[in-house]
Amino acid sequence: MNITINGEAATIDPLSVQEYLEQLGIDPRRVAVELNREILPKGAYPGTALKEGDSIEIVHFVGGG
Amino acid sequence: MLEKNDKLVIAGREFDSRLMVGTGKYADFPQMVAAIEASGAQIITVAVRRVNITDRNKESLLDHIDLKKYTLLPNTAGCYSAEDAIRTCRLAREAGLSDFVKLEVLGDEKTLFPNNEELLKAAAVLIKEGFTVLPYTSDDPIVCRRLEDLGCAAVMPLGAPIGSGLGIRNPYNLRIILDTVKVPVIVDAGVGTASDAAIAMELGCHGVLMNTGIAGAQDPVAMALAMNLAVRAGRLAFRAGRIPMKLHANASSPLSGLIA
Repeated sequence: MNITINGEAATIDPLSVQEYLEQLGIDPRRVAVELNREILPKGAYPGTALKEGDSIEIVHFVGGG
Repeated sequence: MLEKNDKLVIAGREFDSRLMVGTGKYADFPQMVAAIEASGAQIITVAVRRVNITDRNKESLLDHIDLKKYTLLPNTAGCYSAEDAIRTCRLAREAGLSDFVKLEVLGDEKTLFPNNEELLKAAAVLIKEGFTVLPYTSDDPIVCRRLEDLGCAAVMPLGAPIGSGLGIRNPYNLRIILDTVKVPVIVDAGVGTASDAAIAMELGCHGVLMNTGIAGAQDPVAMALAMNLAVRAGRLAFRAGRIPMKLHANASSPLSGLIA
């Protein structure tokens, strides 16, 4: 199915946000996730299934002033 | 010790250091870590950015920061609207462990001056959502008062444009701001060298925040130590009560007992 991840189109198999992060090799504790413009609490990662047309933003802290 | 009972208090939290530093623009993580250590800072700013999902081998900033030692202050750098800044703060809170945010809403790419109208809008929303907001703003006492009235935990007027190194361009406005608000006044942006930081503290400011001034120096670790000492020196000088400035001389040696 088609989703948008960090502004880019992607095609993925159906899976949960938690599984998707694991697939990408991302530590869930170090990021924040916004799903369709709403913050997704960390506790909801395992139980939230990604759907066709979803837009997901995965951010983390980087150096800045 | 002279500095013992003079902690910086922000939103009820106490800090020994009045210097806050950024984590951007360093050559590499070891240099960043060494500079932050030399600065003595306890509050460090970080930016919130998309994870690079195609390059997962990149080291993460948090791999190098001891979260037990430092308080993270996520910023909303790069945001030009209240909406983007609010989104960024919500994400930052979710990613981090605290409600502290450095709120920046920019108005112009060349000067990086704040868009105060959008800043006030964003601050109002974020404060209602329970964030501890430290807003980067212009050295405008009216805006600072409005930010305080909204409930900001401090005000952070710029000394000069971000990264410009021009120092404290308008010390008179900073003094007026110090007279206008009761929350801590932290000079954020424009500091270029140690004396700039000392001047800010001598005026009575409660702290200084800088990034480029340290990271952009030829020897960032040395400059970090210089800034550490400058902020402490300026604060001590302020509390010591300086002599007045006089037009004419006032001899330091006695006038009597001169050989004739």
